[in-house]
Amino acid sequence: MIDRIAFGIVAAALLLSALRVVTSKNLVHSVLWLGVTLASTAVAYLLLSAPFIASIQIMLYTGGIITLMLFGVMLTRRGEDLAIPNDTSEGGRALVLSLATFGLFTGAVVMTPLPLDAPSITVDTAELGRQILGPNLMAFEVLSVLLLAVMVGAIVIARRRDASVDHTAPGLRLDTDPSSEDGSAS
Amino acid sequence: MPLAAWLILAAGLFSIGLYGVASRRGAIGILLSVELMANAVNLIFIAFGRYRGDHLGQVFTLFAVALTVAEVAIGLALVILLHRVRRSDERVDEVRELHG
Repeated sequence: MIDRIAFGIVAAALLLSALRVVTSKNLVHSVLWLGVTLASTAVAYLLLSAPFIASIQIMLYTGGIITLMLFGVMLTRRGEDLAIPNDTSEGGRALVLSLATFGLFTGAVVMTPLPLDAPSITVDTAELGRQILGPNLMAFEVLSVLLLAVMVGAIVIARRRDASVDHTAPGLRLDTDPSSEDGSAS
Repeated sequence: MPLAAWLILAAGLFSIGLYGVASRRGAIGILLSVELMANAVNLIFIAFGRYRGDHLGQVFTLFAVALTVAEVAIGLALVILLHRVRRSDERVDEVRELHG
């Protein structure tokens, strides 16, 4: 009984905040509502007896990604106020698409025989670590290579291309507008 | 709780994220909606792992979380580049810089 009430609260928080993320007119509000969604997901992980993933979720998502997104918003908008527009278009067609997807998924879930009750397991974070560094070591190592590639890629994409140290061939340069070179370039 | 309840909740989250991806015009708005969809998928991994009774779902979710963070870093780098080139990322459907 108590877990049904908890599930209802978490589900309502998740769906309402997710709706606010995609319908909010202000981009900063969207980012903050996404923080509510991610925190509610952490509570859902706790209900599914995954406390380590829940703490990772809080630290990495609600701590890291929301901060990163807010930085992205603030760096790329130059308004004096915080009413940053977040326009939507094609709302009708997008609604049809998402409702059709939801119907498809729900139909598949309803027609599949699924377990009704979870088996009782012991929550063991040490066993999780053994699983990662034991049978799944290869995926772990590939992931570290990927993170290195992402770091290099993000720096290469976002770095400011100075005229003095231009490593790009002239025909490939994206910022052909000369006015983008002056101003705040140090 | 039956597993189907968790799956339908995650399907709802995924569909809301899909609506956001299809309706938003700004790059950051689309990135937020993609986050919602990735979050729904993580929830499905955890739920299946819980009802299987082992730790494999949690292992997979850890990898998926790292991938999502990498995706956000690349996405925001692209947004900043877009902003530098075009002075705006509010109409990503008009970006044509990569057309050969």
